[in-house]
Amino acid sequence: MIEIIELNKFFNQHHVLRGVNLKIETGETMVIIGRSGCGKSVLLKHIIGLMKPDSGKILIDGVNISEIDEAEVNHFRTQIGMLFQGAALFDSHTVRENVGFSLYEHTHLAAQEIDSRVREKLRLVGLSGIEDLMPAELSGGMKKRVGLARAICTDPKIILYDEPTTGLDPIMADAINELIIRMQKRLQVTSIAVTHDMSSAYKIGTRIAMLYDGKIVALGTPDEIRQTNDPLVKQFITGSARGPITAEETQKYSVVADQNETSV
Amino acid sequence: MARLDFSFLKKIANVQKWLENFGDAFLGFLEDTGGIVVLFWKTIVMTVSKTPRWYSTLEQSFKIGVLSLPLVMLTSLFTGMVLCLQSAYQLRIFAAEQFTADLVALSVTRELGPVLTAMMVAGRVGASMAAELGTMKVTEQIDALDSLATNPIHFLVVPRFIATVSMLFLLTIYADLIGMLGGFLVAVFKLGISQYIYINRSFSALVMKDIYTGLIKSVVFGVIISIVGCYYGFKARGGAEGVGHATTMAVVVSFILIIVFDTFFTALFYFVF
Ligand SMILES: Nc1ncnc2c1ncn2[C@@H]1O[C@H](COP(=O)(O)OP(=O)(O)O)[C@@H](O)[C@H]1O
Ligand SMILES: [Mg+2]
Repeated sequence: MIEIIELNKFFNQHHVLRGVNLKIETGETMVIIGRSGCGKSVLLKHIIGLMKPDSGKILIDGVNISEIDEAEVNHFRTQIGMLFQGAALFDSHTVRENVGFSLYEHTHLAAQEIDSRVREKLRLVGLSGIEDLMPAELSGGMKKRVGLARAICTDPKIILYDEPTTGLDPIMADAINELIIRMQKRLQVTSIAVTHDMSSAYKIGTRIAMLYDGKIVALGTPDEIRQTNDPLVKQFITGSARGPITAEETQKYSVVADQNETSV
Repeated sequence: MARLDFSFLKKIANVQKWLENFGDAFLGFLEDTGGIVVLFWKTIVMTVSKTPRWYSTLEQSFKIGVLSLPLVMLTSLFTGMVLCLQSAYQLRIFAAEQFTADLVALSVTRELGPVLTAMMVAGRVGASMAAELGTMKVTEQIDALDSLATNPIHFLVVPRFIATVSMLFLLTIYADLIGMLGGFLVAVFKLGISQYIYINRSFSALVMKDIYTGLIKSVVFGVIISIVGCYYGFKARGGAEGVGHATTMAVVVSFILIIVFDTFFTALFYFVF
């Protein structure tokens, strides 16, 4: 179980997460929806310990991951896989070295054994015969799938997906959705996926949470979310420019973010 | 017709804004100084506490050492030649041309060999480190390393650190020799100084101290180039522009630190030892 309790995060004066509370049960797929720039990636990075909260805590099976030392964090990380928004493949390494990275680094498996596991994971994400290519030779969708193969290579118990379907064609996006569902059904992994792709959210989520203004403003099963009367959520899921969420707000946020970037 | 834009005057006149900018720059300076020291410390701890990745250290050594050979040869050869001509020109006034060899040997090993080599390597290698790590940073590859339970300092910085320090050390010896060769060529073939006298004088002028003070400097410069390059790489933010900025900062700060530490060590060796 993953518990996020009163999580706050600032970047200089920019208060991105303003007291996030969320509990993710073991074996479920929690989908977090929200607009671009609302802090979804930041939230995921807190869960895997890449960012430290300014206040609040994150408990994974009862352990506060921002208070344990590096060796213990790394122990946790071997059980968590993360798919990054831009795939984040190591561009000086081949696809094989990328996917098998953890196996090369943290196990003493023989090269053939690693090779066969890499091939198996690549097959899972619908790729084959690309082990010797470099990331620069792959299309955007292929990169994402290789990133996914890398995330699941050590058979983690928790998988974090940062916009798994963004930038993929609809058919590939659905294949990824299927894969996420299969991971959850077959291997009982706990997943957190952030996205603003609503069709993907309905499909893969056992529950959906909406992040808005640095807080979780709605939480429910896909059906509950679909039938909600909350104008905020309604506007988001129907994708309307008219409603309580205004376009100016984006402006306000991005201006603050820009100031942050230049002053660092 | 284009109107003249005097708005920059307003900017200069705005004292408060100016002070604010100055304050920001000063805070940035403190942040970077602190950050570089911390990264240096973490790198040292990581280097001694965990077996370095030898394969990637070797790879980096090749990139840093072997591929810098032509550039370092060119600069040291010409520096040695120029130095020889310049000193001969001045020594001739005192009819002391035979001391050219001493002067060239001493200046090259104590000062020019280490400093010029360090600057060449900072421009070539420090910049590329900042660009490479900066690109990895802005594309979340550094985060990905962490998420795969791999320490980025151990994985990326330590091999570059070891390779830069050891290769700069060797390159400096190489630059010393080539620099002296440059002096020798000019002295013998252009100034007509006897080659035996020149070689003899060169080596009798040098004592151990001249050589090792130069080499101590080269080790310090190696530390500066690798740590500063990696620091600005790790600090890069916001896409291609951020990477460009990181690269520039890495080179500029390395140059400044090389000059500052060079002065410091020269003074130290002069007054203390
Ligand atoms: N390392 C950082 N430093 C400063 N600001 C950041 C950093 N990472 C993210 N932010 C800011 O936090 C906000 C949320 O970012 P993010 O989580 O990436 O949004 P998204 O929901 O689209 O994934 C943005 O305004 C961004 O500018
Ligand atoms: Mg994001």
